[in-house]
Amino acid sequence: MKASVLTGQHYISGDVACAEGALAAGCRFFAGYPITPATEIAEHVAKRLPEVGGTFIQMEDEIAAMAAVLGASWAGKKSMTATSGPGFSLMMENIGLGICTETPCVVVNVQRTGPSTGLPTMGAQGDMMQARWGAHGHYEIIALAPSSPQEMFYLTITAFNLSETYRLPVLIMSDEIVGHMSERVTIPPFKEISTSSRPRPKGRKDRFKLYKPGPNGVAPMPSVGEGFRIHVTGLTHDEKGYPVLTAETQEEMMARITGKIRKNLGDIIQTEGYRLDDAEVVLISYGVSARTSLAAVDLARKHGVKAGLLRLITIWPFPEDPIRRLAERVKGFMTVEINMGQIHLEVQRCVGRKTPAVLVGHPGGAIISPDHVYEALKEAF
Amino acid sequence: MLKERNQDSMKKEILITGFGGQGIVMAGRILGQAASLEDHHESTFVQSYGPESRGGACSAQVIISNQVIHYPYISRPDILICMSQAGYEKFINTIKPDGMLLVEQDLINPRNAEVEIFSIPATRMAEESGNKMMANIIMLGFLTAVTEVVSLDAALKTVTRLVPEGTEEKNIQAFNKGWDYGRATLKGREKKAAGQTGAIS
Repeated sequence: MKASVLTGQHYISGDVACAEGALAAGCRFFAGYPITPATEIAEHVAKRLPEVGGTFIQMEDEIAAMAAVLGASWAGKKSMTATSGPGFSLMMENIGLGICTETPCVVVNVQRTGPSTGLPTMGAQGDMMQARWGAHGHYEIIALAPSSPQEMFYLTITAFNLSETYRLPVLIMSDEIVGHMSERVTIPPFKEISTSSRPRPKGRKDRFKLYKPGPNGVAPMPSVGEGFRIHVTGLTHDEKGYPVLTAETQEEMMARITGKIRKNLGDIIQTEGYRLDDAEVVLISYGVSARTSLAAVDLARKHGVKAGLLRLITIWPFPEDPIRRLAERVKGFMTVEINMGQIHLEVQRCVGRKTPAVLVGHPGGAIISPDHVYEALKEAF
Repeated sequence: MLKERNQDSMKKEILITGFGGQGIVMAGRILGQAASLEDHHESTFVQSYGPESRGGACSAQVIISNQVIHYPYISRPDILICMSQAGYEKFINTIKPDGMLLVEQDLINPRNAEVEIFSIPATRMAEESGNKMMANIIMLGFLTAVTEVVSLDAALKTVTRLVPEGTEEKNIQAFNKGWDYGRATLKGREKKAAGQTGAIS
């Protein structure tokens, strides 16, 4: 067996850093189907998982891959898959099953330009709303957006910890640029990496209720074969896990799967500010576009424009409060993203009508340059 | 809160271009990693991706800086390294006016170039030493000598770490050939410059 945590400094791509983050988080099962620009994640874990006692399986397609990930999670393994837009679309049905059955797992989407096959395989950030609402029905989800290879490492650990703590699929919404670019990545010593595991049931196995929530609203989770009576279904189910097809049971189940997220926003949501203290205009961005925006803020400051950046690390649940607080004191907002305005809709919703919020979007196939953002900033404010 | 950037920054943008299969991406990775892990600068590395990496025009972009690099793409390179005519034609107009152009002299006709040019027959030198696959490493040695964007020690260590196992020694020899050629080129230019100065005064 080799080390699961490769402590030291590495010069690796975001995809490889994501794979190493998964191993460090305790992931021991990966099922996937190759797709550029996410293939390097599968390629790397295919080599590394067997070295640490884990399993890699290439499935016949992304639908099956997502099903295998859910199955492995119920067998007690921390599990993941990685894909890009077309595969993400195929995974949606089983991501919904994972939400309904409260199955911890991690799904990485290294975004490329769509719709459909789009521009294989140039970068984009066009799947942000699909991440929020891609599966049918109403639910809460957690999605994170890394801006660098280093963050691909750390946020993959965070994704596993959140998925285990709150029992749901957690999405890592990366992009082709962050996935493929190489940069220095520091991997800390094993003992400095904090990992979480799903809450485990206690007490009599025959009286166990599969979905009876604990104090934070999350039900403890056994693995199959341990002797607990479990029934896992995508039908509306009661606390025992049995299908009960009534509006009352639906209400109870929905309160649980949405409440466990809505009640723990403070624990889940992460943002990062840059030059916000005296900022008059605030850029809001994430992923690779946040790098562009950082450079644009410096450029604007050089020209005497008081700009700052709010970088969204957590995308879903949406960081409403930090934006609302800024809206009380700044002159305007500008959302920077490689789509035609998805997160911008959320920004507008939080900012309200009193403060102007404009979009610097891009249809995909290239990234937005800092000069372009600065020019737009000058024009708008 | 992130640290604010110091405006007095050293930043070099390096674009390496050639055919897929010439080791362009490997050269970029070695350069980026040497700068980052050995010289302890910040560096980013991105490669052109797609059918290019299997034969067409191919490129690697490396940025080396003493500050955090926000934006990993290059629009105006400080240093342009060309291993193919197609790559030269595609990127020659992007180089900064005070930039440096390094070319594989047998494969490129640097017409219309208005910047300082450094030439090396890297492929011929690689073939003469028995392996034309190492032209990229010879070019890397040449680049290290004439541009000093990475230290010699950092480049050598990283070549050893990244080339396939069992080929380290041959690659170091190839690197040194390129380095020696680069040092000789610089010395020749210094002499010439000194001679000219002498004549004028």
